[in-house]
Amino acid sequence: MTLSAPALSIHDSPTQRAVAAPNTAAIKLTVEALHKSYGDHEVLKGVSLQARKGDVISLIGASGSGKSTFLRCINFLEQPDAGSITLDEQTIEMRQGRAGARAPHPAQLQNLRTRLAMVFQHFNLWSHMTVLENICLAPRRVLGVSAQEAEARARAYLDKVGLPSRAADQYPAFLSGGQQQRVAIARALAMEPEIILFDEPTSALDPELVGEVLKVIQTLAEEGRTMLMVTHEMGFARQVSSQVLFLHQGRVEEQGSAEILDQPQSDRLRQFLSNRLK
Amino acid sequence: MIELLQEYGSAYLYSDGGGLSGLAMTLWLFIITMLLGFCLSLPLALARVSRQVWLRWPVELYTYLFRGTPLYIQLLICYTGLYGLEVVRDHALLDQFFRNALNCTLLAFVLNTCAYTVEIFAGAIRNIPHGEIEAAQAYGLHGWRLNLFVILPAALRRSIPAYSNELILMLHATSLAFTATIADILKVARDANAATFLTFQAFGVAALLYMLLSFALVGAFRLAERRWMRFLVPARG
Repeated sequence: MTLSAPALSIHDSPTQRAVAAPNTAAIKLTVEALHKSYGDHEVLKGVSLQARKGDVISLIGASGSGKSTFLRCINFLEQPDAGSITLDEQTIEMRQGRAGARAPHPAQLQNLRTRLAMVFQHFNLWSHMTVLENICLAPRRVLGVSAQEAEARARAYLDKVGLPSRAADQYPAFLSGGQQQRVAIARALAMEPEIILFDEPTSALDPELVGEVLKVIQTLAEEGRTMLMVTHEMGFARQVSSQVLFLHQGRVEEQGSAEILDQPQSDRLRQFLSNRLK
Repeated sequence: MIELLQEYGSAYLYSDGGGLSGLAMTLWLFIITMLLGFCLSLPLALARVSRQVWLRWPVELYTYLFRGTPLYIQLLICYTGLYGLEVVRDHALLDQFFRNALNCTLLAFVLNTCAYTVEIFAGAIRNIPHGEIEAAQAYGLHGWRLNLFVILPAALRRSIPAYSNELILMLHATSLAFTATIADILKVARDANAATFLTFQAFGVAALLYMLLSFALVGAFRLAERRWMRFLVPARG
């Protein structure tokens, strides 16, 4: 798969982005021709994507366009019907599962999931655990990090997402949506993942809480973290993205740098944007 | 009343001279039943919600059988019914096991409470928000780790109220043990009643003892709820 537009480095400020040099870092993740159907309904009709280290890729599109499904297929929360996923030149082997569906090799799947961390639309924090326990669980029980090390990490990342240390012993239900999502981001960071997947991270938030979460994500983008983000925040996508993919009915309708949000080439993207940005 | 307590006080509480009796025997029955029932019900509850039919179906059948029949009948079958079978008598180990009334009683109680507990825990597992399990999977937890670190802790906390109810019912159900000649509180009360004809007092003392135990249990669960269910309390101010 070749990209129609050069991926841009995210180290540049948004205003410089248009003239920034293409991102020439090593290719981190390649997704090729992903297909996914639910029954007769084909949600993904061959979606591809290539992320270099440091890329921030925004997936946009109307609801039902398949962008969330695509993101969820990347770490196999949904089982893609066809296509391939390659992380650091290692392609996930798919083999015939019991029910006839293709399933990834268990060890490879495990490896993949420890390297891609996901932030969900509805936070999906473990409600019976405190904030600290939420952040420490996967590093301790999956990565095998010691308890002290995990806690140190957790506190550092809590600080990074701007939560006071007293929040560590709270249960998620006692926090606002924005705080919960920031805990979820800290949970993702504590895995020290190579790529972070954001599935509409601000869609479930009250409008006044969106800003605090976007600010954290922007900080991460500026640090050069590789991120894939499904979002409805066009302004934000324009600001942080090195690449934008516009999905329409399960296909990539248009892709390129963040500029395509200002100068859309396809009618559909133009229509989509004019419906949103008023 | 005073003679009754003088004569039967120790039997009501801990010993009738021939071994454990009364309160001590009831507690013993209850604690063993509770511990074994709890330990057995955890894997069975996971099997009960499994996607594998061959795992789920036998457990479903088991809980259906034991919740579908009275405990008294289960006790009768364990205590007298099984020993009536030649297979059981001919097998040295089984013969030894089923000859002991306490073994038979415990077996019936454990199987019964376990069946109810499995359904309570399985229900709680099904009630865990799907997103939380998905998040655990996305972070690389699967198999026994997923069960041990996410699913069971989440389900057990949510089932504390229903489970405390089941334990109180089970505590009261131990009073059936007297039918298998176990010297529990009720057996002592019946003996005292038969000997003294102080019916009201004899059973009244038994009722008081059960009530004490229930209060202790309710108190213990209140503490447990405060400790483990804080996460559900909505924020105040």
